[in-house]
Amino acid sequence: MPIDIYAEEIVSHYEHPHNKGEITDASVSQHNYNPVCGDEMTMYLMINDGIVSDVKFKGVGCAISMATASMLTDFIKGKTLKEIEGMGINTIIDLIGIDPGPARLKCATLSLRTLKEAVFVYEHKEVDRATKEL
Amino acid sequence: MSIEANSIKQDFPIFKIKMNGKPLTYLDSTATSQRPNQVIDAVDAYYKEYNANIHRGIYQISERASEAYDESKRKVAKFINAESMQEIIYLRNATEALNLVALAWGDANISKGDHILISEMEHHSNIVPWIVLAKKKEAVLDYIKLDAKKAKLDMGSLKEQLEKRPKIVSVTHASNVLGTINNVREITKMAHGKGAVVLIDGAQSAPHMEVDVGDIDCDFYAFSGHKMLAPTGIGVLYGKEAILDKMEPLLTGGEMIKSVEHHAYSWNDLPWKFEAGTSNISGGIGLGAAVDYLSSLGMHNVREHEKQITRYALEKLSKINGVTVYGPDINDMDERGGVISFAIEGIHPHDVSQIFDSEGIAIRSGHHCAMPLVTKTLAQPALSRMSFYIYNNESDVDKAIEAINKAKKIFKIA
Repeated sequence: MPIDIYAEEIVSHYEHPHNKGEITDASVSQHNYNPVCGDEMTMYLMINDGIVSDVKFKGVGCAISMATASMLTDFIKGKTLKEIEGMGINTIIDLIGIDPGPARLKCATLSLRTLKEAVFVYEHKEVDRATKEL
Repeated sequence: MSIEANSIKQDFPIFKIKMNGKPLTYLDSTATSQRPNQVIDAVDAYYKEYNANIHRGIYQISERASEAYDESKRKVAKFINAESMQEIIYLRNATEALNLVALAWGDANISKGDHILISEMEHHSNIVPWIVLAKKKEAVLDYIKLDAKKAKLDMGSLKEQLEKRPKIVSVTHASNVLGTINNVREITKMAHGKGAVVLIDGAQSAPHMEVDVGDIDCDFYAFSGHKMLAPTGIGVLYGKEAILDKMEPLLTGGEMIKSVEHHAYSWNDLPWKFEAGTSNISGGIGLGAAVDYLSSLGMHNVREHEKQITRYALEKLSKINGVTVYGPDINDMDERGGVISFAIEGIHPHDVSQIFDSEGIAIRSGHHCAMPLVTKTLAQPALSRMSFYIYNNESDVDKAIEAINKAKKIFKIA
């Protein structure tokens, strides 16, 4: 594993994370936990017409998990839920500019997994609501 | 005779490799040790020169394999001062040994409402089998408290818990997180005084110090081969002959049986009664070679060597701002092994590990399979840990200190 993973940008996002906080009236929030290392994250999404209008996260964890959360939350603002569904490990690699390698994969993808779970929960809620309104 | 880590390193072929372009600095022997040529060659020789099943072939190479396997048990018995090889059962590892006691002895001896006593310092392998047993039998699982400040078991708590008359007390000899060495002789004496059977988890003690099960007087003692230079997949349960004699085997089949009729059987003699099927023959032979290697160094010398490096590391670490070290105090080296868990303020342990890795240094980060201890008692999400063995020296510590300083620099911590 090359040391470049701790490039200036990662460390800077870790020290001064973007979009850190809570959205009290979020459309959906989702909590995730990595039992192997104890990293923890909650993500809050504000969704309007299938588009992410705002996002915040809170959590504790290593530099990789926290910096990727900071970068990913910046990246998804204005994106459609469909676009988020299409995101994968390559989205993360593009964002941080390096393959995190197998040992840190779980750290690097914690925010993406939380995001995708949030979208899944939201969409099923939406389906539910639509069903109820029938 | 003192230990010369540099010449010992020559026996370990792994130290010829590089990790991330740097010579390997291995500081994770608490997880698993490296293996010397003497052990690798012994395993190799079995496969190349006398590979055969044991205890049944009436031919030369089978007799040779049987003799090598049995001889390794005699060596292990001598190594921990057991009465005889009848008391040495080979299993996969310490985990399997602890499970065997919980499943075989526990199943026969624990009933509804009985108490089982362990401690807040245990590895998962000495917690989970007891949770499972307690649930199954509707028994009560109690914990000896840890004095977190001193990083030692609270002997007052032990005394208190013993008043509940536990059927079994199972505690670790040495902590894989704190490095604390427990006074298992005293614990055993106190537990026996209240009528309890005593099991000691020796996974972190057998590789690092003189162990005398006769002196400790415990009923069972469990340890792994792979943490003491032997191959993976071979471990030991020592049990007093009297108690093993009364115990029923967990697994049945070949080797562990004396005679079988259509509806009847009789168990084989000790220790074979507990070793169903073909054993890990090469592993046993490798463990014998590992015991020879350690015995030739002398376990007293091994312990003194680790004490010296640990003291050196503790001194160096105490001078770095923002580093917290867990475990007994530096002035308490008699009760501290070569395991140092630490935290650097502002840097997550996983980031610490990765920066060490980039310098060719292997350390461990996480909860070290002791989640209740790390996350509840010490209230940390994770810790970094460096641990020492016969092939480590002060220059390995110096490299670790440099890596800590590098991590602080990357994260801009003063």
